[in-house]
Amino acid sequence: MKEIVVLSGKGGTGKTSIVGSLAALAERKVLADCDVDASDLHLLLKPSVKQDNEFWSGQVAHIDPDKCTQCGLCQELCRFHAIKEFKVDAVSCEGCGFCSHICPVEAITMKENLAGHLFVSETRYGPLVHARLGIAQENSGKLVAQVRQRARQIAQEQNLDYIISDGPPGTGCPVISSLSGASLALLVTEPTLSGMHDLERVLDVCRHFGVPAMVCINKYDINEENTEEIECYCSTGGVAVAARIPFDNIVTEALIQRVPVVEYSDGKVSREIRALWREISNVLEETKQRV
Amino acid sequence: MIISVASGKGGTGKTLVATSLALSLKDSHKVVILDCDVEEPNDHILLKPVITGNEPVNIQVPAVDEKKCNYCGKCAKVCAYHAIAVLGEHVLTFPQLCHGCGTCGYLCPEKAISEAPRQTGVVEWGHSDGVGFVRGVLTIGEAMAPPVIRKVKEHANGIGIVIRDIPPGTSCPVVEAVKGSDFCILVTEPTPFGLNDLALAVETVRKLGIPCGVVLNRAGVGDAGVEDYCRKENIPILLTIPLDTEIARLYSRGVALVEGMPQWQGRFCQLFNAIKEIVDERNRGIKR
Repeated sequence: MKEIVVLSGKGGTGKTSIVGSLAALAERKVLADCDVDASDLHLLLKPSVKQDNEFWSGQVAHIDPDKCTQCGLCQELCRFHAIKEFKVDAVSCEGCGFCSHICPVEAITMKENLAGHLFVSETRYGPLVHARLGIAQENSGKLVAQVRQRARQIAQEQNLDYIISDGPPGTGCPVISSLSGASLALLVTEPTLSGMHDLERVLDVCRHFGVPAMVCINKYDINEENTEEIECYCSTGGVAVAARIPFDNIVTEALIQRVPVVEYSDGKVSREIRALWREISNVLEETKQRV
Repeated sequence: MIISVASGKGGTGKTLVATSLALSLKDSHKVVILDCDVEEPNDHILLKPVITGNEPVNIQVPAVDEKKCNYCGKCAKVCAYHAIAVLGEHVLTFPQLCHGCGTCGYLCPEKAISEAPRQTGVVEWGHSDGVGFVRGVLTIGEAMAPPVIRKVKEHANGIGIVIRDIPPGTSCPVVEAVKGSDFCILVTEPTPFGLNDLALAVETVRKLGIPCGVVLNRAGVGDAGVEDYCRKENIPILLTIPLDTEIARLYSRGVALVEGMPQWQGRFCQLFNAIKEIVDERNRGIKR
Protein backbone atom coordinates (compact mmCIF):
# COMPACT_ATOMS: atom_id res chain seq x y z
CA MET A 1 0.00 0.00 0.00
CA LYS A 2 1.33 3.42 -1.01
CA GLU A 3 0.45 6.72 0.54
CA ILE A 4 0.56 9.85 -1.61
CA VAL A 5 0.16 13.20 0.12
CA VAL A 6 -0.53 16.33 -1.90
CA LEU A 7 1.07 19.48 -0.49
CA SER A 8 1.99 22.92 -1.77
CA GLY A 9 3.28 25.27 0.90
CA LYS A 10 1.30 28.11 -0.61
CA GLY A 11 -2.47 27.74 -0.44
CA GLY A 12 -4.77 27.87 -3.44
CA THR A 13 -2.39 26.31 -5.95
CA GLY A 14 -4.90 23.57 -6.82
CA LYS A 15 -4.26 20.71 -4.36
CA THR A 16 -7.90 19.81 -3.82
CA SER A 17 -8.87 20.05 -7.50
CA ILE A 18 -6.02 17.71 -8.35
CA VAL A 19 -6.83 15.26 -5.55
CA GLY A 20 -10.45 15.25 -6.76
CA SER A 21 -9.27 14.23 -10.19
CA LEU A 22 -6.86 11.62 -8.85
CA ALA A 23 -9.82 10.21 -6.93
CA ALA A 24 -11.58 9.69 -10.23
CA LEU A 25 -8.51 8.20 -11.94
CA ALA A 26 -6.91 5.92 -9.34
CA GLU A 27 -8.37 2.53 -8.58
CA ARG A 28 -8.37 0.60 -5.32
CA LYS A 29 -7.73 3.56 -3.04
CA VAL A 30 -8.94 5.32 0.05
CA LEU A 31 -9.06 9.11 0.12
CA ALA A 32 -8.04 11.20 3.10
CA ASP A 33 -8.58 14.91 3.64
CA CYS A 34 -5.78 16.05 5.92
CA ASP A 35 -6.66 19.74 5.67
CA VAL A 36 -8.74 19.54 8.82
CA ASP A 37 -8.93 23.31 9.37
CA ALA A 38 -10.54 24.17 6.07
CA SER A 39 -11.34 20.93 4.33
CA ASP A 40 -12.85 21.18 0.86
CA LEU A 41 -12.46 17.76 -0.74
CA HIS A 42 -15.94 16.72 0.38
CA LEU A 43 -17.39 19.48 -1.83
CA LEU A 44 -16.08 17.62 -4.90
CA LEU A 45 -16.61 14.04 -3.78
CA LYS A 46 -20.07 14.45 -2.23
CA PRO A 47 -19.63 11.86 0.51
CA SER A 48 -22.37 10.15 2.47
CA VAL A 49 -21.17 9.97 6.05
CA LYS A 50 -21.14 6.46 7.52
CA GLN A 51 -19.36 7.15 10.79
CA ASP A 52 -19.09 10.34 12.80
CA ASN A 53 -16.63 10.16 15.70
CA GLU A 54 -16.02 12.89 18.21
CA PHE A 55 -12.43 14.08 18.48
CA TRP A 56 -11.65 14.92 22.08
CA SER A 57 -8.29 16.52 22.49
CA GLY A 58 -6.51 18.84 24.80
CA GLN A 59 -7.92 20.43 27.90
CA VAL A 60 -9.12 23.85 28.92
CA ALA A 61 -8.75 25.33 32.39
CA HIS A 62 -11.87 26.23 34.31
CA ILE A 63 -11.92 28.44 37.42
CA ASP A 64 -14.60 27.81 40.00
CA PRO A 65 -15.59 31.36 41.03
CA ASP A 66 -16.94 30.12 44.37
CA LYS A 67 -13.58 28.71 45.38
CA CYS A 68 -11.35 31.36 43.78
CA THR A 69 -9.84 33.81 46.29
CA GLN A 70 -8.57 36.07 43.49
CA CYS A 71 -4.98 35.77 44.65
CA GLY A 72 -3.82 36.24 41.05
CA LEU A 73 -1.08 33.58 41.05
CA CYS A 74 -2.50 31.77 38.01
CA GLN A 75 -2.69 35.00 36.07
CA GLU A 76 0.90 35.81 36.94
CA LEU A 77 2.28 32.39 35.96
CA CYS A 78 0.29 31.63 32.79
CA ARG A 79 2.67 32.15 29.89
CA PHE A 80 -0.11 32.24 27.33
CA HIS A 81 -1.89 35.23 28.91
CA ALA A 82 -5.02 33.08 29.01
CA ILE A 83 -6.30 34.25 32.40
CA LYS A 84 -7.68 37.72 32.81
CA GLU A 85 -9.69 39.00 35.74
CA PHE A 86 -9.85 35.48 37.18
CA LYS A 87 -11.50 34.09 34.07
CA VAL A 88 -10.00 31.74 31.50
CA ASP A 89 -9.98 32.77 27.86
CA ALA A 90 -10.60 29.33 26.34
CA VAL A 91 -9.19 30.41 22.98
CA SER A 92 -5.83 31.40 24.47
CA CYS A 93 -5.58 28.48 26.91
CA GLU A 94 -2.99 25.94 25.75
CA GLY A 95 -4.20 23.30 28.15
CA CYS A 96 -0.87 22.94 29.95
CA GLY A 97 -2.53 22.73 33.35
CA PHE A 98 0.06 24.92 35.11
CA CYS A 99 -2.69 26.98 36.78
CA SER A 100 -4.53 23.91 38.02
CA HIS A 101 -1.38 22.59 39.72
CA ILE A 102 -0.43 25.82 41.46
CA CYS A 103 -3.80 27.19 42.57
CA PRO A 104 -3.49 27.34 46.39
CA VAL A 105 -7.21 26.67 46.91
CA GLU A 106 -7.67 24.12 44.10
CA ALA A 107 -10.22 26.26 42.33
CA ILE A 108 -8.98 25.33 38.88
CA THR A 109 -9.84 22.11 37.08
CA MET A 110 -8.94 21.00 33.59
CA LYS A 111 -11.86 20.02 31.41
CA GLU A 112 -11.71 17.78 28.36
CA ASN A 113 -12.27 19.60 25.13
CA LEU A 114 -14.35 18.47 22.15
CA ALA A 115 -12.01 19.67 19.43
CA GLY A 116 -13.71 18.32 16.32
CA HIS A 117 -15.17 15.40 14.42
CA LEU A 118 -13.71 12.63 12.32
CA PHE A 119 -15.83 11.14 9.56
CA VAL A 120 -15.64 7.97 7.51
CA SER A 121 -17.72 8.31 4.38
CA GLU A 122 -18.59 6.54 1.17
CA THR A 123 -18.18 8.32 -2.14
CA ARG A 124 -18.65 7.11 -5.69
CA TYR A 125 -14.85 7.03 -5.84
CA GLY A 126 -14.40 4.85 -2.77
CA PRO A 127 -14.06 5.47 0.96
CA LEU A 128 -13.12 8.95 2.25
CA VAL A 129 -11.78 9.79 5.70
CA HIS A 130 -12.23 13.45 6.56
CA ALA A 131 -12.50 15.64 9.61
CA ARG A 132 -13.67 18.93 10.91
CA LEU A 133 -11.54 20.68 13.50
CA GLY A 134 -13.68 22.93 15.69
CA ILE A 135 -13.36 26.65 15.09
CA ALA A 136 -10.27 28.15 16.71
CA GLN A 137 -9.11 24.79 18.08
CA GLU A 138 -5.63 23.44 18.62
CA ASN A 139 -4.15 20.04 17.92
CA SER A 140 -4.83 19.94 14.21
CA GLY A 141 -1.75 17.72 13.91
CA LYS A 142 -3.29 15.11 16.21
CA LEU A 143 -6.52 15.10 14.22
CA VAL A 144 -4.54 14.71 10.98
CA ALA A 145 -2.72 11.75 12.52
CA GLN A 146 -6.09 10.16 13.33
CA VAL A 147 -7.36 10.75 9.78
CA ARG A 148 -4.28 9.01 8.39
CA GLN A 149 -4.48 6.17 10.86
CA ARG A 150 -8.11 5.51 9.99
CA ALA A 151 -7.34 5.67 6.26
CA ARG A 152 -4.50 3.20 6.68
CA GLN A 153 -6.78 0.86 8.61
CA ILE A 154 -9.39 0.97 5.83
CA ALA A 155 -6.72 0.37 3.19
CA GLN A 156 -5.52 -2.69 5.09
CA GLU A 157 -8.99 -4.09 5.76
CA GLN A 158 -10.05 -3.71 2.15
CA ASN A 159 -6.64 -4.58 0.75
CA LEU A 160 -6.40 -1.32 -1.20
CA ASP A 161 -3.35 -0.15 -3.15
CA TYR A 162 -3.32 3.58 -2.42
CA ILE A 163 -4.04 6.21 0.15
CA ILE A 164 -4.39 9.59 -1.55
CA SER A 165 -4.45 12.49 0.85
CA ASP A 166 -5.17 16.16 0.39
CA GLY A 167 -2.78 18.06 2.63
CA PRO A 168 -2.96 21.46 4.32
CA PRO A 169 -1.02 24.56 3.23
CA GLY A 170 2.01 25.78 5.17
CA THR A 171 4.95 23.92 6.70
CA GLY A 172 3.92 23.61 10.36
CA CYS A 173 2.16 21.16 12.63
CA PRO A 174 -0.59 19.72 10.37
CA VAL A 175 1.79 19.53 7.37
CA ILE A 176 4.39 17.62 9.35
CA SER A 177 1.65 15.35 10.63
CA SER A 178 0.35 14.70 7.08
CA LEU A 179 3.78 14.04 5.67
CA SER A 180 5.85 11.92 8.01
CA GLY A 181 6.18 8.36 6.75
CA ALA A 182 4.26 8.88 3.48
CA SER A 183 5.50 7.11 0.32
CA LEU A 184 5.45 10.20 -1.89
CA ALA A 185 4.69 13.90 -1.61
CA LEU A 186 3.17 15.49 -4.69
CA LEU A 187 3.92 19.22 -4.47
CA VAL A 188 1.54 21.40 -6.44
CA THR A 189 3.00 24.79 -7.24
CA GLU A 190 2.30 27.73 -9.51
CA PRO A 191 4.76 29.91 -11.42
CA THR A 192 4.46 32.94 -9.14
CA LEU A 193 7.34 34.15 -7.00
CA SER A 194 5.26 33.33 -3.91
CA GLY A 195 4.47 29.85 -5.19
CA MET A 196 8.16 29.23 -5.91
CA HIS A 197 9.32 30.54 -2.53
CA ASP A 198 6.78 28.35 -0.74
CA LEU A 199 7.64 25.31 -2.88
CA GLU A 200 11.27 25.58 -1.81
CA ARG A 201 10.28 25.64 1.84
CA VAL A 202 7.89 22.69 1.62
CA LEU A 203 10.47 20.74 -0.38
CA ASP A 204 12.91 21.34 2.48
CA VAL A 205 10.30 19.96 4.87
CA CYS A 206 10.02 16.81 2.68
CA ARG A 207 13.80 16.42 2.77
CA HIS A 208 13.86 17.02 6.51
CA PHE A 209 11.45 14.12 7.01
CA GLY A 210 12.96 11.94 4.26
CA VAL A 211 9.85 11.76 2.07
CA PRO A 212 10.49 11.63 -1.71
CA ALA A 213 8.81 14.45 -3.59
CA MET A 214 7.52 15.14 -7.08
CA VAL A 215 6.38 18.48 -8.43
CA CYS A 216 3.37 19.49 -10.50
CA ILE A 217 3.33 23.02 -11.95
CA ASN A 218 -0.25 24.26 -12.13
CA LYS A 219 -1.28 27.21 -14.34
CA TYR A 220 2.20 26.93 -15.84
CA ASP A 221 1.39 29.36 -18.64
CA ILE A 222 0.60 32.40 -16.47
CA ASN A 223 4.38 32.97 -16.36
CA GLU A 224 6.44 30.64 -18.53
CA GLU A 225 9.74 32.19 -17.47
CA ASN A 226 9.00 31.30 -13.87
CA THR A 227 7.92 27.82 -14.98
CA GLU A 228 11.31 27.33 -16.57
CA GLU A 229 12.96 28.52 -13.40
CA ILE A 230 10.98 26.00 -11.33
CA GLU A 231 11.98 23.21 -13.72
CA CYS A 232 15.59 24.27 -13.49
CA TYR A 233 15.44 24.42 -9.71
CA CYS A 234 13.82 20.98 -9.53
CA SER A 235 16.26 19.32 -11.91
CA THR A 236 19.21 20.75 -9.94
CA GLY A 237 17.70 19.34 -6.77
CA GLY A 238 16.96 15.97 -8.36
CA VAL A 239 13.19 16.37 -8.09
CA ALA A 240 11.00 15.29 -11.02
CA VAL A 241 8.45 17.68 -12.51
CA ALA A 242 5.66 15.26 -13.28
CA ALA A 243 3.18 17.59 -14.97
CA ARG A 244 2.59 21.07 -16.32
CA ILE A 245 -1.05 21.97 -16.21
CA PRO A 246 -2.22 25.03 -18.20
CA PHE A 247 -4.46 27.74 -16.78
CA ASP A 248 -8.04 27.16 -17.89
CA ASN A 249 -11.35 28.43 -16.52
CA ILE A 250 -12.67 24.92 -17.09
CA VAL A 251 -11.21 24.01 -13.67
CA THR A 252 -13.43 26.60 -11.98
CA GLU A 253 -16.41 25.56 -14.11
CA ALA A 254 -15.99 21.94 -13.04
CA LEU A 255 -15.68 23.07 -9.43
CA ILE A 256 -18.93 25.04 -9.67
CA GLN A 257 -20.58 21.85 -10.96
CA ARG A 258 -18.82 20.02 -8.12
CA VAL A 259 -17.27 17.40 -10.38
CA PRO A 260 -13.58 16.46 -10.72
CA VAL A 261 -12.27 18.25 -13.80
CA VAL A 262 -11.20 14.98 -15.50
CA GLU A 263 -14.85 13.94 -15.50
CA TYR A 264 -16.04 17.32 -16.72
CA SER A 265 -13.82 17.86 -19.73
CA ASP A 266 -11.40 16.04 -22.00
CA GLY A 267 -9.30 19.13 -22.65
CA LYS A 268 -5.65 19.82 -22.01
CA VAL A 269 -6.01 20.14 -18.26
CA SER A 270 -7.60 16.70 -17.99
CA ARG A 271 -5.07 15.11 -20.30
CA GLU A 272 -2.23 16.50 -18.24
CA ILE A 273 -3.74 15.26 -14.96
CA ARG A 274 -4.21 11.80 -16.48
CA ALA A 275 -0.54 11.81 -17.48
CA LEU A 276 0.34 12.97 -13.95
CA TRP A 277 -1.44 9.99 -12.43
CA ARG A 278 0.30 7.58 -14.84
CA GLU A 279 3.62 9.10 -13.83
CA ILE A 280 2.87 8.82 -10.10
CA SER A 281 1.76 5.21 -10.35
CA ASN A 282 4.80 4.31 -12.45
CA VAL A 283 7.17 5.86 -9.92
CA LEU A 284 5.45 4.07 -7.05
CA GLU A 285 5.50 0.79 -9.00
CA GLU A 286 9.25 1.18 -9.59
CA THR A 287 9.99 1.82 -5.93
CA LYS A 288 7.91 -1.25 -5.06
CA GLN A 289 9.94 -3.43 -7.43
CA ARG A 290 13.19 -2.04 -6.09
CA VAL A 291 12.12 -3.01 -2.59
CA MET B 1 -5.78 50.68 14.17
CA ILE B 2 -4.99 47.02 13.53
CA ILE B 3 -6.41 45.46 10.37
CA SER B 4 -5.96 41.74 9.73
CA VAL B 5 -6.17 40.21 6.27
CA ALA B 6 -7.32 36.59 6.53
CA SER B 7 -9.17 34.09 4.36
CA GLY B 8 -9.70 30.52 5.57
CA LYS B 9 -8.82 29.19 2.12
CA GLY B 10 -5.26 29.66 0.95
CA GLY B 11 -4.31 31.41 -2.24
CA THR B 12 -7.29 33.75 -2.42
CA GLY B 13 -5.18 36.91 -2.44
CA LYS B 14 -4.39 37.84 1.17
CA THR B 15 -0.87 38.93 0.35
CA LEU B 16 -2.04 40.90 -2.67
CA VAL B 17 -4.62 42.78 -0.57
CA ALA B 18 -2.37 43.31 2.46
CA THR B 19 0.54 44.71 0.46
CA SER B 20 -1.58 46.95 -1.79
CA LEU B 21 -3.51 48.28 1.19
CA ALA B 22 -0.25 49.14 2.97
CA LEU B 23 1.23 50.84 -0.10
CA SER B 24 -1.95 52.82 -0.77
CA LEU B 25 -2.01 54.28 2.73
CA LYS B 26 1.68 55.02 3.25
CA ASP B 27 1.52 58.62 1.96
CA SER B 28 -1.26 59.61 4.33
CA HIS B 29 -0.53 57.44 7.38
CA LYS B 30 2.21 55.73 9.28
CA VAL B 31 1.82 52.11 8.14
CA VAL B 32 3.48 48.91 9.25
CA ILE B 33 2.83 45.49 7.72
CA LEU B 34 3.26 42.34 9.81
CA ASP B 35 3.66 39.10 7.90
CA CYS B 36 2.12 36.65 10.37
CA ASP B 37 2.07 33.78 7.86
CA VAL B 38 5.28 32.49 9.38
CA GLU B 39 5.06 29.09 7.70
CA GLU B 40 5.02 30.62 4.24
CA PRO B 41 5.69 34.37 4.45
CA ASN B 42 5.37 36.14 1.09
CA ASP B 43 4.97 39.87 1.76
CA HIS B 44 8.71 40.45 1.33
CA ILE B 45 8.46 39.18 -2.26
CA LEU B 46 6.12 42.04 -3.17
CA LEU B 47 7.54 44.73 -0.88
CA LYS B 48 11.27 43.95 -1.20
CA PRO B 49 12.04 45.50 2.17
CA VAL B 50 15.41 46.58 3.49
CA ILE B 51 15.93 44.41 6.57
CA THR B 52 17.53 46.34 9.40
CA GLY B 53 17.33 43.89 12.28
CA ASN B 54 16.36 40.45 13.44
CA GLU B 55 16.03 38.42 16.58
CA PRO B 56 15.65 34.70 17.18
CA VAL B 57 12.37 33.30 18.49
CA ASN B 58 12.98 30.89 21.31
CA ILE B 59 10.75 28.76 23.40
CA GLN B 60 11.92 27.89 26.88
CA VAL B 61 12.42 24.16 27.24
CA PRO B 62 13.46 22.27 30.36
CA ALA B 63 17.10 21.66 31.16
CA VAL B 64 17.44 19.05 33.88
CA ASP B 65 20.33 19.07 36.32
CA GLU B 66 20.67 15.36 36.99
CA LYS B 67 22.88 16.06 39.99
CA LYS B 68 19.90 17.56 41.78
CA CYS B 69 17.24 15.25 40.30
CA ASN B 70 16.01 12.38 42.46
CA TYR B 71 13.85 10.90 39.65
CA CYS B 72 10.60 11.39 41.53
CA GLY B 73 8.71 11.71 38.24
CA LYS B 74 6.69 14.80 39.19
CA CYS B 75 7.73 16.64 35.99
CA ALA B 76 6.56 13.82 33.74
CA LYS B 77 3.30 13.59 35.64
CA VAL B 78 2.44 17.27 35.25
CA CYS B 79 3.57 17.75 31.64
CA ALA B 80 0.47 17.91 29.43
CA TYR B 81 2.48 17.39 26.25
CA HIS B 82 4.53 14.28 27.16
CA ALA B 83 7.65 16.35 26.59
CA ILE B 84 9.52 15.01 29.61
CA ALA B 85 9.79 11.44 30.87
CA VAL B 86 11.54 9.72 33.74
CA LEU B 87 12.71 6.18 33.08
CA GLY B 88 14.48 4.62 36.03
CA GLU B 89 17.41 6.91 36.70
CA HIS B 90 17.14 8.85 33.46
CA VAL B 91 15.23 11.97 32.54
CA LEU B 92 14.41 12.30 28.87
CA THR B 93 13.18 15.54 27.37
CA PHE B 94 11.50 15.92 23.99
CA PRO B 95 12.06 19.58 23.16
CA GLN B 96 9.97 19.39 19.95
CA LEU B 97 6.90 18.50 21.99
CA CYS B 98 7.45 21.17 24.63
CA HIS B 99 5.15 24.22 24.58
CA GLY B 100 7.33 26.13 27.03
CA CYS B 101 4.62 26.45 29.67
CA GLY B 102 7.11 26.25 32.57
CA THR B 103 5.05 23.86 34.69
CA CYS B 104 7.77 21.22 35.20
CA GLY B 105 10.41 23.66 36.38
CA TYR B 106 8.12 25.45 38.77
CA LEU B 107 6.82 22.27 40.35
CA CYS B 108 10.08 20.31 40.58
CA PRO B 109 10.51 19.64 44.32
CA GLU B 110 14.31 19.51 43.98
CA LYS B 111 14.56 22.65 41.82
CA ALA B 112 16.49 20.51 39.35
CA ILE B 113 14.87 21.97 36.24
CA SER B 114 15.95 25.25 34.75
CA GLU B 115 15.07 26.49 31.29
CA ALA B 116 17.10 26.80 28.15
CA PRO B 117 16.11 28.57 24.96
CA ARG B 118 15.38 26.52 21.86
CA GLN B 119 15.14 28.47 18.63
CA THR B 120 12.06 27.76 16.51
CA GLY B 121 12.15 30.72 14.20
CA VAL B 122 13.26 34.26 13.59
CA VAL B 123 11.66 37.70 13.42
CA GLU B 124 13.04 40.27 10.97
CA TRP B 125 12.16 43.92 10.56
CA GLY B 126 12.93 46.79 8.27
CA HIS B 127 11.12 49.06 5.88
CA SER B 128 10.06 49.26 2.28
CA ASP B 129 9.56 52.60 0.62
CA GLY B 130 7.92 54.22 3.62
CA VAL B 131 6.10 51.13 4.89
CA GLY B 132 7.33 49.52 8.10
CA PHE B 133 7.91 45.81 7.69
CA VAL B 134 8.04 42.90 10.15
CA ARG B 135 7.94 39.21 9.36
CA GLY B 136 8.40 35.93 11.18
CA VAL B 137 9.86 32.77 9.71
CA LEU B 138 9.22 29.37 11.29
CA THR B 139 12.26 27.09 11.05
CA ILE B 140 11.82 24.17 8.61
CA GLY B 141 10.72 21.05 10.46
CA GLU B 142 9.25 23.02 13.38
CA ALA B 143 5.57 22.44 14.12
CA MET B 144 4.52 25.34 16.33
CA ALA B 145 3.84 28.62 14.57
CA PRO B 146 2.06 30.55 17.38
CA PRO B 147 5.19 31.50 19.39
CA VAL B 148 6.74 33.04 16.25
CA ILE B 149 3.50 34.87 15.45
CA ARG B 150 3.32 36.21 19.02
CA LYS B 151 6.79 37.66 18.60
CA VAL B 152 5.93 39.29 15.27
CA LYS B 153 2.93 41.00 16.87
CA GLU B 154 5.09 42.39 19.68
CA HIS B 155 7.05 44.38 17.11
CA ALA B 156 4.17 46.69 16.24
CA ASN B 157 4.09 49.53 18.72
CA GLY B 158 0.50 50.53 18.12
CA ILE B 159 1.17 53.79 16.33
CA GLY B 160 -0.61 54.40 13.03
CA ILE B 161 -2.05 51.59 10.96
CA VAL B 162 -0.94 48.01 11.46
CA ILE B 163 -1.77 45.53 8.69
CA ARG B 164 -1.40 41.87 9.57
CA ASP B 165 -1.15 39.24 6.84
CA ILE B 166 -2.71 36.12 8.40
CA PRO B 167 -1.98 32.46 7.55
CA PRO B 168 -4.74 30.38 5.91
CA GLY B 169 -6.94 28.06 7.97
CA THR B 170 -9.01 28.47 11.13
CA SER B 171 -6.91 26.87 13.90
CA CYS B 172 -4.42 28.10 16.47
CA PRO B 173 -2.00 30.05 14.19
CA VAL B 174 -4.91 32.00 12.71
CA VAL B 175 -6.39 32.76 16.10
CA GLU B 176 -3.02 33.89 17.46
CA ALA B 177 -2.46 36.14 14.44
CA VAL B 178 -5.93 37.73 14.34
CA LYS B 179 -6.41 38.18 18.09
CA GLY B 180 -6.40 41.82 19.12
CA SER B 181 -7.31 43.24 15.69
CA ASP B 182 -9.83 46.03 15.28
CA PHE B 183 -11.06 44.64 11.98
CA CYS B 184 -10.54 41.58 9.82
CA ILE B 185 -10.69 41.63 6.03
CA LEU B 186 -11.64 38.20 4.66
CA VAL B 187 -10.40 37.64 1.13
CA THR B 188 -12.28 35.01 -0.85
CA GLU B 189 -13.11 33.88 -4.36
CA PRO B 190 -16.53 33.09 -5.85
CA THR B 191 -16.23 29.28 -5.83
CA PRO B 192 -17.68 26.55 -3.60
CA PHE B 193 -14.22 26.18 -1.95
CA GLY B 194 -13.98 29.92 -1.39
CA LEU B 195 -17.47 30.02 0.12
CA ASN B 196 -16.98 26.99 2.37
CA ASP B 197 -13.76 28.36 3.83
CA LEU B 198 -15.13 31.92 4.07
CA ALA B 199 -17.95 30.65 6.27
CA LEU B 200 -15.38 28.97 8.54
CA ALA B 201 -13.28 32.13 8.68
CA VAL B 202 -16.36 34.20 9.56
CA GLU B 203 -17.12 31.84 12.45
CA THR B 204 -13.53 32.21 13.65
CA VAL B 205 -13.50 36.01 13.68
CA ARG B 206 -16.97 36.13 15.24
CA LYS B 207 -15.77 33.85 18.01
CA LEU B 208 -13.02 36.40 18.63
CA GLY B 209 -15.54 39.26 18.54
CA ILE B 210 -13.84 41.06 15.65
CA PRO B 211 -15.89 42.79 12.95
CA CYS B 212 -15.22 41.64 9.39
CA GLY B 213 -15.85 42.48 5.76
CA VAL B 214 -15.14 40.67 2.51
CA VAL B 215 -12.85 41.35 -0.42
CA LEU B 216 -14.05 39.26 -3.36
CA ASN B 217 -11.12 38.36 -5.58
CA ARG B 218 -11.15 36.79 -9.07
CA ALA B 219 -14.75 37.88 -9.59
CA GLY B 220 -16.21 37.00 -12.97
CA VAL B 221 -15.84 33.25 -13.12
CA GLY B 222 -17.53 31.22 -10.47
CA ASP B 223 -20.98 31.50 -8.98
CA ALA B 224 -23.05 33.79 -6.79
CA GLY B 225 -22.68 31.69 -3.63
CA VAL B 226 -20.36 34.09 -1.81
CA GLU B 227 -22.52 37.13 -2.54
CA ASP B 228 -25.67 35.31 -1.41
CA TYR B 229 -23.93 34.23 1.76
CA CYS B 230 -22.68 37.75 2.54
CA ARG B 231 -26.15 39.19 2.01
CA LYS B 232 -27.71 36.59 4.29
CA GLU B 233 -25.06 37.02 6.99
CA ASN B 234 -25.04 40.80 6.67
CA ILE B 235 -21.33 40.97 5.87
CA PRO B 236 -20.29 43.89 3.65
CA ILE B 237 -18.41 43.20 0.43
CA LEU B 238 -15.90 46.05 0.64
CA LEU B 239 -13.98 45.54 -2.59
CA THR B 240 -14.28 43.38 -5.69
CA ILE B 241 -11.21 42.50 -7.77
CA PRO B 242 -11.94 40.89 -11.15
CA LEU B 243 -10.29 37.79 -12.58
CA ASP B 244 -7.76 39.47 -14.81
CA THR B 245 -4.72 37.87 -16.39
CA GLU B 246 -2.80 41.16 -16.08
CA ILE B 247 -3.32 41.16 -12.30
CA ALA B 248 -2.23 37.51 -12.13
CA ARG B 249 0.88 38.23 -14.20
CA LEU B 250 1.90 41.16 -12.01
CA TYR B 251 1.54 38.98 -8.94
CA SER B 252 3.51 36.14 -10.54
CA ARG B 253 6.41 38.57 -11.06
CA GLY B 254 6.21 39.85 -7.49
CA VAL B 255 4.82 43.28 -8.41
CA ALA B 256 2.28 44.73 -5.98
CA LEU B 257 -1.07 45.46 -7.62
CA VAL B 258 -1.07 49.21 -6.86
CA GLU B 259 2.43 49.52 -8.26
CA GLY B 260 1.70 47.73 -11.51
CA MET B 261 -1.76 49.28 -11.85
CA PRO B 262 -1.77 52.57 -9.89
CA GLN B 263 -5.43 53.14 -10.74
CA TRP B 264 -6.20 50.65 -7.94
CA GLN B 265 -4.80 52.90 -5.24
CA GLY B 266 -8.00 54.91 -4.94
CA ARG B 267 -10.04 51.76 -4.44
CA PHE B 268 -7.73 50.54 -1.67
CA CYS B 269 -8.06 53.94 0.03
CA GLN B 270 -11.84 53.59 -0.20
CA LEU B 271 -11.51 50.12 1.30
CA PHE B 272 -9.65 51.63 4.23
CA ASN B 273 -12.21 54.42 4.65
CA ALA B 274 -15.04 51.88 4.71
CA ILE B 275 -13.19 49.88 7.38
CA LYS B 276 -12.46 53.00 9.42
CA GLU B 277 -16.13 53.92 9.37
CA ILE B 278 -17.15 50.47 10.63
CA VAL B 279 -14.50 50.51 13.38
CA ASP B 280 -15.32 54.08 14.48
CA GLU B 281 -19.03 53.32 14.52
CA ARG B 282 -18.40 50.24 16.62
CA ASN B 283 -16.17 52.12 19.08
CA ARG B 284 -18.83 54.79 19.50
CA GLY B 285 -21.34 52.02 20.18
CA ILE B 286 -19.09 50.52 22.85
CA LYS B 287 -18.49 53.88 24.53
CA ARG B 288 -22.19 54.55 24.66
